[in-house]
Amino acid sequence: MWRYILKRIVWMLVAIVGVAFVIFTILYFTPGNPAELMLGESATDEEISALYSQLGLDQPYIIQLGKFMYDTFIRFDFGISWLYKVNVFDELMTRLPRTVVIGLATMILTMIIGFPLGILAARHQGKWQDYGIIGICMLFVSLPGLWLAIECVVIFSLNLKWLPSNGIGSFAHYILPVMTGIFAGVASNARQIRSSMLETIRADFITTARAKGQKEGVIVRRHMLPNAMMPVITMLGGMFSHIVAGSTITEKIFGIPGVGLYLLNGITYRDYPVVRGCTMFLGVFSVVVMLLTDLCYAWLDPRIKAQYAAQGAIGLRRKV
Amino acid sequence: MVTVSMKKKNPGKTMNTIKRPNRFWDTFRRIFKTPSAKLGGILLAIIVMVSIFAPLIAPYDPFAMDYSAMHAPSSLKHLCGTDDLGRDILSRLIYGGRYSLTLGILADLIGQIVGIAIGSIAGYFGGRTDNIIMRILDIWQALPSMLLTIILSAVLGAGFFNTIIALSIGGIPRGARMTRGQILAERGKEYLEAAQSINCSSTTIMFTHLLPNVISPSIVSATMQVGGTITMAAGLSYLGLGIQPPTPEWGAMLSEGTQLMRSYPHVIFWPGLTIGICVLAINLIGDGLRDALDPKLRN
Repeated sequence: MWRYILKRIVWMLVAIVGVAFVIFTILYFTPGNPAELMLGESATDEEISALYSQLGLDQPYIIQLGKFMYDTFIRFDFGISWLYKVNVFDELMTRLPRTVVIGLATMILTMIIGFPLGILAARHQGKWQDYGIIGICMLFVSLPGLWLAIECVVIFSLNLKWLPSNGIGSFAHYILPVMTGIFAGVASNARQIRSSMLETIRADFITTARAKGQKEGVIVRRHMLPNAMMPVITMLGGMFSHIVAGSTITEKIFGIPGVGLYLLNGITYRDYPVVRGCTMFLGVFSVVVMLLTDLCYAWLDPRIKAQYAAQGAIGLRRKV
Repeated sequence: MVTVSMKKKNPGKTMNTIKRPNRFWDTFRRIFKTPSAKLGGILLAIIVMVSIFAPLIAPYDPFAMDYSAMHAPSSLKHLCGTDDLGRDILSRLIYGGRYSLTLGILADLIGQIVGIAIGSIAGYFGGRTDNIIMRILDIWQALPSMLLTIILSAVLGAGFFNTIIALSIGGIPRGARMTRGQILAERGKEYLEAAQSINCSSTTIMFTHLLPNVISPSIVSATMQVGGTITMAAGLSYLGLGIQPPTPEWGAMLSEGTQLMRSYPHVIFWPGLTIGICVLAINLIGDGLRDALDPKLRN
């Protein structure tokens, strides 16, 4: 087991270096001159080319790449934002908590609401509870999140004036962003749990449990849930990194100064240190979440655990 | 079972002349067995027909501006109202289906096909090839697809085809992993050994023997993904990266409407609802497809 974990961590580091390489290369070939965008329309050609070489953009690809890799992985320095002249790492550290708090709150509430709904639907398969829950979930999975968010703003902050629609600060500022995240989250979560519960309900060990006269509540809690949880765990990991990475849109709607909005500004102004920094942060974040998901999976499922205890060296690959 | 019942119906015929029920129609019937899938099918058929015959149905030109009727709310003259330039929203939605559906389906299809190709190579050859491909996919997936799509569409620039490419690249690893997993589960089966023993080439085995047996989960996930792609395209337009106005694409209309949401919420309401209905239709069909192709649920 430990060997497996170690191996996964080594591969994680390789993947992170790979991400750094990919993102650098993508940005290197991005059209648009950052110096031109920074100086605006009034700048002369000399000013632009002076800034261009000052930013080190006139150097060959391999030297720029080497410098970036050295700064990122040896000195842990993402550089200084070209546009705002602020250290990217420090700025990210102040912004990250906002993004993660919204992501975590969305996740936790999604689970709290989604699980009981999914279980309820599965236990009443084919009855009105099932149809009602599944119908509503289907609707919320389908409605675009961006639109839901904006309709929420229109209803709750423009018409009813209950909640602020923009910025950050008080508790109330977090309600709308989290709420809009929950709609789609709960819907897909409940659907997933329902279908994986339904698969478990047909399993032989449930029949056995019933045959030996076990109480229905115990069957659901002790036999069905742990088994039905397995695919759900994989999904939750993916969902969390999706929420954090997809924070760009939410943060733009609600004007939350988080990582996503920082990334978006970086992209708009071709502020490469910012884009690289944000991407690395989000990449590392999602890789770590992926690893934790897999470990959880192996830890919770005795079958997989036994497999690793036995063979150790063979890597577990994520189920899709 | 099937042949027996067919024999009874056609008593004079020999085995060879008995036609098996067409597999396509059989699957088709099974997909639309449930009422929810029927509803989805009808909705999508309506959306597709309306998009195809847009010039005959649309009451106005989707690009025609009318400064005398800006921001008009819903009325008999303009059923969904007009936008900030006085363009009829209903007409734009009718034409928009062409862009949005093409975008969603094409982007998804490209991503899936490339993914299936990569996944089948990895799964079929195994060993070192598999290892290298999987490690590349690990890096690919370390960036969440949403993030990758945002960055790629910024790099490629706005526009219809660039958006399609950006959206499809994010979907490749998912398809590849799924196909690979399916192939790994199928690899030890006898029919592959049989194909090998009669000297079939790798290509023949891969495409005519293996692929048909492993493709159904990919088809289901591709169908389910079309809706997500359309929604993501809307998100990209909102970030100023995807399809840009004045193209009457639904996502672009939605993002145009966000600027007016404070004073004229109806401009954003209709495009969002249209996307929602379209995605709902696709998801309902996807659910039906999943049930129809699931061997556990057959019969």
